[in-house]
Amino acid sequence: MIATLWQIFWLFALLSMVAFGGGAGVVPDMQRGAVDTYHWMTAREFLDLFAISRAAPGPGSMIAVLIGQKAAGLAGAGVAFVAMFMPSCLVVHFVAKGWDRAARKPWRAVVEQALAPIGIGMTFASGLALARGTEHEYLSYAVTGATTLIFAFTSISPILLLAAGGAVMLLTAG
Amino acid sequence: MPTRARPTLSALFLGFAAIGLSSFGGGLTAWVRREAVQRRGWLDDQQFLSGYALSQLVPGATNVNLAVFIGTQMRGVPGALACFFGLTLPPMTIALILGAIYFGMHGMPGGESLSIALGGMGAVAIGLNLGTGIRLAQRGIRRVIPALIAAAVAVSVGIVGLPLIPVLAVMIPVSLVAAWWAGRA
Repeated sequence: MIATLWQIFWLFALLSMVAFGGGAGVVPDMQRGAVDTYHWMTAREFLDLFAISRAAPGPGSMIAVLIGQKAAGLAGAGVAFVAMFMPSCLVVHFVAKGWDRAARKPWRAVVEQALAPIGIGMTFASGLALARGTEHEYLSYAVTGATTLIFAFTSISPILLLAAGGAVMLLTAG
Repeated sequence: MPTRARPTLSALFLGFAAIGLSSFGGGLTAWVRREAVQRRGWLDDQQFLSGYALSQLVPGATNVNLAVFIGTQMRGVPGALACFFGLTLPPMTIALILGAIYFGMHGMPGGESLSIALGGMGAVAIGLNLGTGIRLAQRGIRRVIPALIAAAVAVSVGIVGLPLIPVLAVMIPVSLVAAWWAGRA
C-alpha cells in the first residue's frame, strides 16, 4: 500500500513538472504509467476515467485523482491531488509575487503587452489542437463551430450550450 | 490603471468555487475570464492575459496556476490558497463520487449513451475555448504585428502541431521586441 502511494506520488509529481502548456499534454504519459507500468487498470478503464474527468466540472487534471482512487482508494486520490497540483502551484505563486513587485516598472507594461498576443494565440491553439485530436466527423466540427460563434457574439449561458451539445449528439446518434 | 477594491478571501474562494463547479469539459479558461474579468472586475483583460500566459509557461494545470496567480495578486498566500482550494476541492469531491459510482457499477447499460453525450459536450467545450479567443482578440489586439504573432502561435501549435515550448521560445522574444519597439515609436 505504501509502495503504491509512493508510485502515485512520483508519477504525478514528475508529470506535473513537465506539463508545459497545461495538463492535457501529459494524459498519454498518465496512461502509460497507470496501465502499462503499474497495472492499476486496463486501457478501457483509463479511457472511461478520461471521459468522466471531461464530463465532471473543474480542471481536466482531476483525472489524476480518479487514477489515484482506482490504484489506492481515498488515500491514493489524496496523494495524487497533492502531487499533481502542489509543485506547480508553488512555482506560480513565487512568479506572481515577483510580478507584483514590478507593478510600477516600465518593463512590466512591455511584458504584459508582449504576452497578450501570445496568450490569445495559445487560446486558439488549445481549441484547435483539442479539435484535431478528438473530432473526426462533420457533426462534431459543426457543433464546435456553432458554439464558437454563439459564445463569441452572444451572452447565452455556456451551460445551456453544453446541454444542447450533448442532446444534439444523442438525438442524431439514434 | 484604476484602483480596484480587493476582493475578500471568501469572495475569492466562492468565486473560484463557482468557476470550478460551472466549467465542464476543459473550457475552464473561458469561465475564469467570464467570472474574474467580465462579471467581478477583479482584473482587466491585459492583466488576465499576462497571467494566463505566465500560467502556461509554468508547468502544471494551466487554470489551477491561473487561480493561484490571481489569488496571489489579490491577497498574497491566503488569497492563493483560497483560489486554489475554491477551484479544486468541490470538483475533486464530485470526481471522487463519480469515480465511486463508476467503479461500483462496471459495464452497466446506458454507458454507450453516456459516452455519446460526453462527446457532444466535449465538442461544445472546444467551441467555448475558440469563442474566448475571438472575444480576447477583439479587445486585446489593435495592431497588425500582435495579430500576426497571435496567428503564428495559433497555427504552429494548434494546426501544424509543433510542440509549445520551442514555439514560445521563439515567439515570446519576438513579441517582446515588437512591444518594446511599438512603445518607443
